[in-house]
Amino acid sequence: MAEFLQFLISGLTVGAVYALVALGFTLIYNASGVVNFAQGEFVMLGGMVTVFASAAGVPLPLAAVIAVVAAVVIGLLLHRFAIEPARGASAVTLIIITIGASILLRGLAAIVFDKQFHKLPGFTGETPIDILGAAVQPQSFWVLGGTAVVVVALYVFLEHTLLGKAVLATAANRLAARLVGINTTTIMALAFGGSAAIGAIAGILVTPITLTNYDVGTLLALKGFAAAMLGGMGNPLGAVVGGLLLGLLEAFGAGYLSSTYKDAFAFLVILIVLFAAPQGLFGRRAVERV
Amino acid sequence: MKSQTTLKMMLAAGALSVGMSHGANAQDTVKIGSVLSVTGPSSFLGEPEDKTLRLYVDKINAAGGVAGKKIELVIYDDGGDANKARTFATRLVEDDEVIAMVGGTTTGSTMAMIPVFEDAKIPFISLAGAIEVIDPVRKFVFKTPHTDKMACEKIFEDLKRRNLTKIGLISGTDGFGASMRAQCVKVAPNYGMQIVADENYGPRDSDMTAQLTKIKNTAGVQAVVNPGFGQGPAIVTRNYAQLGMNSIPFYQSHGVASKSFIDLAGAAAEGVRLPAAALLVGDKLPDSDPQKKVVTEYKQAYESATKQPVSTFGGHAYDGLFILVEAMKRANSTDSGKIRDEIEKTKGFVGTGGIVNMSATDHLGLDLSAFRMLEIKGGDWNLVASGS
Repeated sequence: MAEFLQFLISGLTVGAVYALVALGFTLIYNASGVVNFAQGEFVMLGGMVTVFASAAGVPLPLAAVIAVVAAVVIGLLLHRFAIEPARGASAVTLIIITIGASILLRGLAAIVFDKQFHKLPGFTGETPIDILGAAVQPQSFWVLGGTAVVVVALYVFLEHTLLGKAVLATAANRLAARLVGINTTTIMALAFGGSAAIGAIAGILVTPITLTNYDVGTLLALKGFAAAMLGGMGNPLGAVVGGLLLGLLEAFGAGYLSSTYKDAFAFLVILIVLFAAPQGLFGRRAVERV
Repeated sequence: MKSQTTLKMMLAAGALSVGMSHGANAQDTVKIGSVLSVTGPSSFLGEPEDKTLRLYVDKINAAGGVAGKKIELVIYDDGGDANKARTFATRLVEDDEVIAMVGGTTTGSTMAMIPVFEDAKIPFISLAGAIEVIDPVRKFVFKTPHTDKMACEKIFEDLKRRNLTKIGLISGTDGFGASMRAQCVKVAPNYGMQIVADENYGPRDSDMTAQLTKIKNTAGVQAVVNPGFGQGPAIVTRNYAQLGMNSIPFYQSHGVASKSFIDLAGAAAEGVRLPAAALLVGDKLPDSDPQKKVVTEYKQAYESATKQPVSTFGGHAYDGLFILVEAMKRANSTDSGKIRDEIEKTKGFVGTGGIVNMSATDHLGLDLSAFRMLEIKGGDWNLVASGS
């Protein structure tokens, strides 16, 4: 039982990070149809900026705010100078642009910061908490709690604010949204800024557990993308469920099956799910208009 | 006479399509080549190597060079890409006409470059870790870093002394971790070691509690060994403490032998043992230690020139460069073949990595005494006295 709980909590913690990355994908995908492969770089920026700001003497909470603001600014710049000039280009072109942007951001981070790994102290200490025999880092609760807050905030924003409804409207039909007076360019910028903020928050929350360096985003983007596909691209609930599921698959795969093949196992399950439900667990069925 | 030389030079230039801009002072300089991973994923290895080579070549030249000749250092950055490394190796041989090569940051790029230097019959001192570089022995290939096999043996030696025989392995699946795991499994029977748990983690994984829980629940595990590299071992160490496994002796490899490991793992690193080169504990070595002088001088020179903490990786480049320079002095020639013969005759060379005694069958020349067993205490490395 203790073993099961240990795997469960470790899977949920890692899964929560995947979920946040997947949410970032979802937000931008919904507003623009673009899969933003620079999403992992926002996570990296969140962690790295916080590390360097706090190393410079800024108190941790303020450093975290600086990191989120920095990521949002970069997200907006990315939209303004890379995505917006190419509007009208096909989704594939835009995706390639985001891949280029991710390589650029990684290279800049290696120069502006450094190539070493860095850590942050746990927000509330590092003494493991014993839960029915499973040893849990206090930071895990921050990660899980932070993810829950982000998810609820995003839900409230999308469902209960006019601006959020405008995002959904743009997602549903860009032309129609524009016809009813929604400034879709602003909405796109909002999506990039918002998803940068979500990424940065994920980076800050997770750095005390996983450490960070300039290219930590690559793998997170891949895992987050897999999670988003598993849950159904474009569905926020799907992104969260997909992320948590992927984390759990990895932890239980490593714990009960073989740690050598845990990634293969996780991706195998994803493949099987996508065979059975090509739109993902919660995906909308795409309807082609003729 | 002069016109004859010019004619010869023109013919040579025509035939070889080689830039002859350095022809005028070719008499006074010799070229030593290097291909390093200064950027890319292995940059934390390549960067100190690059800085060390430049620093010491300048020092050697300032002191008058080797056998009356200045050294011209040609360094290319392969970015961790073995394909590029091979292209640069060809360029070093054909365009730059180097007389010897010190470089090859990773095992991958070293293996890709070996055929080029073997064909050109130019000595190649590699800075890569794996044993494949010198086993089987190739006539022109040498290396300076300890092998992962030696690290396993050093750890097992220590375990044997503590009467611990049942071990759990948790290895990274990156090149370094996988190769060292294989070597450990291979030499374990020689020391009476029994591997009762064998887990793996991906090089970028962020949580290893699942694997460690499995090891923890394996009956009879007396010690855990973590062959790995980069941030993985730091996370493993933190998870190890998180799960309260500190009562089981924990061994890291020489792959984490840098101060940043202690910083990243924090309090969790207390009590962790690892084999490492003398360079890390230079100031703690007894004055009678033959390596003390070399390692403290290198550390001082490197740290004052670069303002960065010394690492064993730069030390490997130091050793490679000076093994070559000593051989050039003994050969008193710039002929690659003669230099090769002298490198092979290196005896009693005191480097940062150990005391090197090469032979026709051993192109590394280090024995287990090159590794010191260290234990992390109070946030710093400490020598483990033999017998404890």
